[in-house]
Amino acid sequence: MAERQLLSGNEACALGALKAGVRFFAGYPITPSTEIAEFMARELPKVGGFFLQMEDEIASINAVIGARAGGLKAMTATSGPGFSLMQEGIGYACMAEVPCLIVNVQRGGPATGLPTKPAQGDVMQARWGTHGDHPSVVLYPDSVAESFFLTVKALNLSEYLRMPVILLMDEIVGHMREVVEISEEVEIYSPKKKKKPKEEYLHYDEDNNYDAEFAHFGEGYKIHISGLTHRPDGFPTNNPEIIAWKMERLKRKVEDNLSLFWGWDMEYLDLGSEVCLVAYGAAARAAREAKVIYEKERKKPIGFLRFRVIWPFPAKRVSLLLRSALKIVVVEMNQGQLGGEVERAVNPDIPVISVNRVDGEMITPEEILDVL
Amino acid sequence: MKEAVFNYLRLDGRFPHILCAGCGIGTIMKAMVYAFSDLNLPNERICVVSGIGCSSRVPGYLDCDTFHTLHGRAIPCAIGVKLAQPEMKVIVMGGDGDILAIGLSHFIHAARRNIDLTCIIVNNFNYGMTGGQVSPTTPQGSLTLTTPYKNPEREFNILEISKAAGAVFFARSTTYHAQHLKEMIKKAIEKKGFSVVEVISQCPTFFGRVNRIGDGVKMLEYFKEKSVEVKTLPVASRGEKEEKFPEGKIVIGVLYETSAEEFLESYQKNVQGEYEGRG
Repeated sequence: MAERQLLSGNEACALGALKAGVRFFAGYPITPSTEIAEFMARELPKVGGFFLQMEDEIASINAVIGARAGGLKAMTATSGPGFSLMQEGIGYACMAEVPCLIVNVQRGGPATGLPTKPAQGDVMQARWGTHGDHPSVVLYPDSVAESFFLTVKALNLSEYLRMPVILLMDEIVGHMREVVEISEEVEIYSPKKKKKPKEEYLHYDEDNNYDAEFAHFGEGYKIHISGLTHRPDGFPTNNPEIIAWKMERLKRKVEDNLSLFWGWDMEYLDLGSEVCLVAYGAAARAAREAKVIYEKERKKPIGFLRFRVIWPFPAKRVSLLLRSALKIVVVEMNQGQLGGEVERAVNPDIPVISVNRVDGEMITPEEILDVL
Repeated sequence: MKEAVFNYLRLDGRFPHILCAGCGIGTIMKAMVYAFSDLNLPNERICVVSGIGCSSRVPGYLDCDTFHTLHGRAIPCAIGVKLAQPEMKVIVMGGDGDILAIGLSHFIHAARRNIDLTCIIVNNFNYGMTGGQVSPTTPQGSLTLTTPYKNPEREFNILEISKAAGAVFFARSTTYHAQHLKEMIKKAIEKKGFSVVEVISQCPTFFGRVNRIGDGVKMLEYFKEKSVEVKTLPVASRGEKEEKFPEGKIVIGVLYETSAEEFLESYQKNVQGEYEGRG
């Protein structure tokens, strides 16, 4: 059963989270993400969940981590400046292996930037915002319907991989309204490897890296969760071998599971063409329109590649998919953050041209057509 | 014979602890486990949450759910745990720098919300783990590594902050008064709502030595000399409106207690009111 609804991207995201089992939301109001918090404030109590408006974004991400460590699926939503404040907490969630969802509905930056205008400037912050080495998983919708589905996907991935997952959105998608079909039920991940009995259980043992049921506070497992580099039992260590094991473990859980992203992480059309457009999020909507106009006017196809997952960046597959292009045009509303990744991935002989805009205005199809 | 309190310690290879000789934090840990034992709290129902610092290492030695979070962030993490597990006794343990500097806004907002947490603040007047820098409770005029010309700033009054922010219970004790400390912790745990215990503790390594107070024992003697139990003061000077505590003394005991609706109760009540009303 599917239900047709008129929703904004922010509402669709909140609805997706609710259906995927989120029962705790802590956040701090910030444009253009606030509708997610408002939706949760209204809906969570109806299903026995909690909504808390915290004193700041730092408190929000930490309350989210605490709630998930206590057994409730948890999320927060923010925008650029709040996302910056949350970085230490996101790093903690990586190290302590606490799943959670962080939604960043981007605005222009740096600093307070452009609160009510769109931008895609947090692509690199989502990857490298925290200190230390760890992988990131970042999903990026380009429509209201996708805001729903990718939120569900993000939560499931987060639980599967036992790490924080970030959903990057645009102000455009967040505030735009579209009619979407929302299914009554969504698929919720349940772990394959079941929890061991208390005597044998180690919070970070090898069986417990991904796709495993892990203990939470209050179950009597008497676990120790720490942001310090730890041993399989969770207690801090300075042993170089165990430190290396832990760092490797964080990396491996994403590397071992790259196939999870295959089949849905990209959308592509006519990639055999001479010119290929590469984009994501709101900018991809302009690129798609540019493709339509170009093909109508010049009567030949143009390639189109759109990312739904930007981190881990699928460099090998991008290189393969774009191998026959003679020119690549990367469209994004920043100064070329993901363009650099595309350039690194493809054959160095292929020219990679950027269409960028950072003035708070949407890139138009005409601007893209100008460089074709 | 093994004492009952050993049930609350992780004796499988976690000891010896990392604390310096003469430090007061061990005494506080002991008072905590005796309080748990006296209250007959099952290990499974306790979660001790800490931030970063010397005192924040304590949970690692306790045999219950333990949560060693980021610097200053123990309270928001504890709020998350408490809402996810309302049946658990969630105890926040942290130092003066952790809770009152970087974590101050979380502290006052948790007090304002009156969420059912017990917050034990280990006040040793300096940042111990980083080597003895000035903290919000370092007395004016004291020496630390970052106030080599003596601390020019006034120190925080934790009692006044807690009261103003809406905590429903405030007690103070010292590491010299081990029994008294245990009783204060027990009372705080039993109190529904946001309760605070300030424990005056010695840091002989970085505070006692630098300020020429002396070693751990000397500092304990100082606490003994300076302390006065609030109950022994004339009633008039215990007036709620104005603190008339004796100058230069450490007043210990339950210094403030009131009652107010706890956050979870009022949250549930509001939500239920809304939906029952609609029929």
